Amino acid sequence: MEKSKISDPFKKARLEKGFGKMNDQNDPVTMILGHKDVRKSAHNWKTFQSGGEEVGRIVVPSEVHIRDTRQIPFEVDPPEHKGYRDIVEPWFKRPLEAKYQENLSQIINNVVDEALSKETIEVVEEFALKLQSRALTILLNVPPEKADLWISWGTHVFRSEDTALDSSKANILYDYIDAELDKAIANPGNDLYSVLLASENNGTKLTKEEAKGVMILTFAGGRDTVINAVTNSIAYFAEHPQALERLRDEPEIMNTAIEELIRYFSPLTQMGRVVTEDTQVCEHALKAQSRISMCWASANRDERVFEKANEVVLDRKVNPHVAFGFGTHNCLGATHARQIMRILLTVLTQKVKSMEILDCEENIENLDEFKRKVGFDSIQVKFNKL
Amino acid sequence: MAKITFITSDGNTTIVEGSTGSVMELAVQNKIKGIDGDCGGVCSCATCHVHVNPEQWDKTGAPDELENDMLEFDDNVSEYSRLSCQMKVSEDLDGLILTVAK
Repeated sequence: MEKSKISDPFKKARLEKGFGKMNDQNDPVTMILGHKDVRKSAHNWKTFQSGGEEVGRIVVPSEVHIRDTRQIPFEVDPPEHKGYRDIVEPWFKRPLEAKYQENLSQIINNVVDEALSKETIEVVEEFALKLQSRALTILLNVPPEKADLWISWGTHVFRSEDTALDSSKANILYDYIDAELDKAIANPGNDLYSVLLASENNGTKLTKEEAKGVMILTFAGGRDTVINAVTNSIAYFAEHPQALERLRDEPEIMNTAIEELIRYFSPLTQMGRVVTEDTQVCEHALKAQSRISMCWASANRDERVFEKANEVVLDRKVNPHVAFGFGTHNCLGATHARQIMRILLTVLTQKVKSMEILDCEENIENLDEFKRKVGFDSIQVKFNKL
Repeated sequence: MAKITFITSDGNTTIVEGSTGSVMELAVQNKIKGIDGDCGGVCSCATCHVHVNPEQWDKTGAPDELENDMLEFDDNVSEYSRLSCQMKVSEDLDGLILTVAK
């Protein structure tokens, strides 16, 4: 049962101090660990800002050195934030439509069928990355074959083997988005690129740079996170066949099961903010211009909020997790992510009897004081038909 | 069976009927504007925030601690705020009037 386990390395610091420290490229981060403090900080966008001048600084690890384009609406604060969010929100709610779900279902059925037809499969590259990339074609409303190139980039679009961030790798994505936007400018269609370029914010058309900012966010925000959620789900159900059996027998607990798995996995460990004025959190002084992060992964294991916080309780009814963030900047892709999880779990219950983990390598984030498992670098699994 | 009235931000009044599930689910099924129920009813998203008609506060009762914490950071909160996913549809709620917060 150990391979699918995601432990909580923050417990001691969360209970004793409420915060942790990590260095990040000589730009230290005070990590906020308690559920209440995390929500309070996320709510307070004036003191803890996203839209500062240094683009990329709120991401941990910082992307200041690899990115100049502001991600939108992510790196814009109210009141400007609302105009942008209102533009993209209806598009990102499309996963609630029946046709969207039908298309997504076909993609997920295909990857599950492929896994069942093979002797064994490496789930990160051959299952989760494919599923995530093909699902993204639906979110962008572009032809399915566009996913082939995205899959060929591999899981490390922003990273090399030896460094956390690699600008030449990141540029592959930024150049690709530039080229796709140019195509949409020349030949507008019904895809997200064209829709953004035709959108107006307060009577002014979005610039190419603004559209690029939304596209980078869409590509980057939904890649590792979805891959980790999918891979961790496979690992969990491989080691807990009774949980898969239960979902088969009690489909009515599907919603609570999805929210609980997302809480337990917390595919995005943390998100940063820049402090705009001298303040304090947990009686710890924070200087203006320093950085904090809201550690979603720690908040989601806060024993003051969640009973049996380190256990997966599939029918957990009240589950105020912050895995999709909280407040103004909560996850734009959450509707898409939830549909992926719902359809994946449904297809697994329909087609898969059991799964066995044959071999795996964990993906451990090094957060100085803390080491957190966020998923797998690779995991070899055998899928057995129902 | 309970009849519940929703007053939305555009000023429209919609009366819906239900007997099971949560008030949020009933609202979503009837496409009540401003009730999204993104998290499906586990008290994690606050996209189902309503104001209870003050005269009927005893019908619904006050939110529990976790729901209250969720409401604390929501915009437009009042002393009669509830998350409709945490209210079960039952005969007791018959005649309830809710104003959608968003």
